[in-house]
Amino acid sequence: MKNDYRARNHPAWWAFLVHRLSGLALSLFLPFHFLALGQALQGEARLDTLLRWTEQPLVKFAEIMLVLLLAAHLTGGLRLLALEFLPWRGWQKNLLAWAAGTALAAGLAFALAL
Amino acid sequence: MDMLKVSVWRGAALGGYRTYEVPRQESQSVLDVVTYIQRNIDPTLSYRFACRVGMCGACAMTVNGVARWTCRTHVAKVAKGNAIQIAPLANLPVVKDLVADMSEFFDKWARARGQFVPCATRKDAFAQVASDSPGRVAANAGIECIGCGVCYASCDVVSWNADYLGPAALNRAWTLVNDVRDGARRERLAAVAGDAGCHACHTHLSCSERCPKDIEPTAAIAGLKRAVALAAWKGEL
Amino acid sequence: MSSTGQGYAAPPLAAPGAGAKSETWLWIAQRASAALLALCVVVHLITIIYAVRHGLSGEAILARTRGNAVGLAFYTLYVLAIAVHAPIGLRTLCQEWLGWRSASLNWFTAALALALFAFGLRAGWAVFSG
Repeated sequence: MKNDYRARNHPAWWAFLVHRLSGLALSLFLPFHFLALGQALQGEARLDTLLRWTEQPLVKFAEIMLVLLLAAHLTGGLRLLALEFLPWRGWQKNLLAWAAGTALAAGLAFALAL
Repeated sequence: MDMLKVSVWRGAALGGYRTYEVPRQESQSVLDVVTYIQRNIDPTLSYRFACRVGMCGACAMTVNGVARWTCRTHVAKVAKGNAIQIAPLANLPVVKDLVADMSEFFDKWARARGQFVPCATRKDAFAQVASDSPGRVAANAGIECIGCGVCYASCDVVSWNADYLGPAALNRAWTLVNDVRDGARRERLAAVAGDAGCHACHTHLSCSERCPKDIEPTAAIAGLKRAVALAAWKGEL
Repeated sequence: MSSTGQGYAAPPLAAPGAGAKSETWLWIAQRASAALLALCVVVHLITIIYAVRHGLSGEAILARTRGNAVGLAFYTLYVLAIAVHAPIGLRTLCQEWLGWRSASLNWFTAALALALFAFGLRAGWAVFSG
């Protein structure tokens, strides 16, 4: 018999999913990020052209999402490090709330700075 | 009288859900429901139970998608309206209907070196273990496990990795790693390391969430990760 | 002591888990790089927000990174940590969700690590020398 979503419907499992999917998304984004920055090798103008392309609203939105994903992966990862290395205490369940909140705050800071 | 619509898995690996109508009582456990079906409607239904009072873990099944002890699950708590779905424990081969084959669960217990290995003889004095020593406290947190399989059935890594030893076996190994009287620490750490062992745990916390005895295998597995890493660093793995 | 039932053969006691040592070191590398990345990412997030406020044109960015040796050193360390951390994570994902468990996965992981490191260094150098 296989488990379905009903067995997985608890906060720590969603935290795992967010962590894994955000890691995957960031890994897929990274090559593009490195290639884009590498354009500077062809001179300032080349980099500028690319950056102008990123001014489009859809790209800006994607950037906000990426920052959110990065923040989520970071805070989720810190939560995991705490769970694996710190002495086990009951309050660790609340780490999830702290992680989510901090990630959201970071994402908002980015979004509002735009 | 309200009637429950109970959907029960019939068959083995191949099979299907069959629906039965069971009178709803005010204070009724899911085990009561299964028992009613077998005694009054369909005597061919196979299921396991023993103590009926939440001590043995034999009645563990999947109720509305979640692994539970059916004798300790009130119908009122899990019924969706008047509907319940009952299936055998997940992640284990199905023998028949609601009976799962627990062999691999216990085999993995052995593979994780979940057995105490003595290193004293009858001529030695009794071991003096302070009950508030950190090792003993860590061990005590996990020794109440009765091997019911709920954690194993709840773990997605068990589903995704056929060799994964699972939360119960690893929890048991951790209690023994913390037992100062045990003589097989090195072999045990080697047994629980690796892709089939503690490193495959991704802290889903499903095991800790579902354990009917409030044991937290995730904590035990985190402890094993640390112990194994330290052993590797020291070249003892 | 009761004997086991007929027909049940107890499994042999465990040999070391498959890849016990290698998986342990991968785990250590993953957590160590994670700790390093925690610092790098916080710095990176702050610099992103700063950059967004103070200009995102090619000119503005390069003005900040050109000749910035500290920046280059930082990003080199950052890229190294990523080259360790991301492939190990992806490896686990491939094993569990794609069922990819053969030796070729380890080659893929190593190749990915090298590629990330190379392209990351190139990017860091690009904005340093730009």
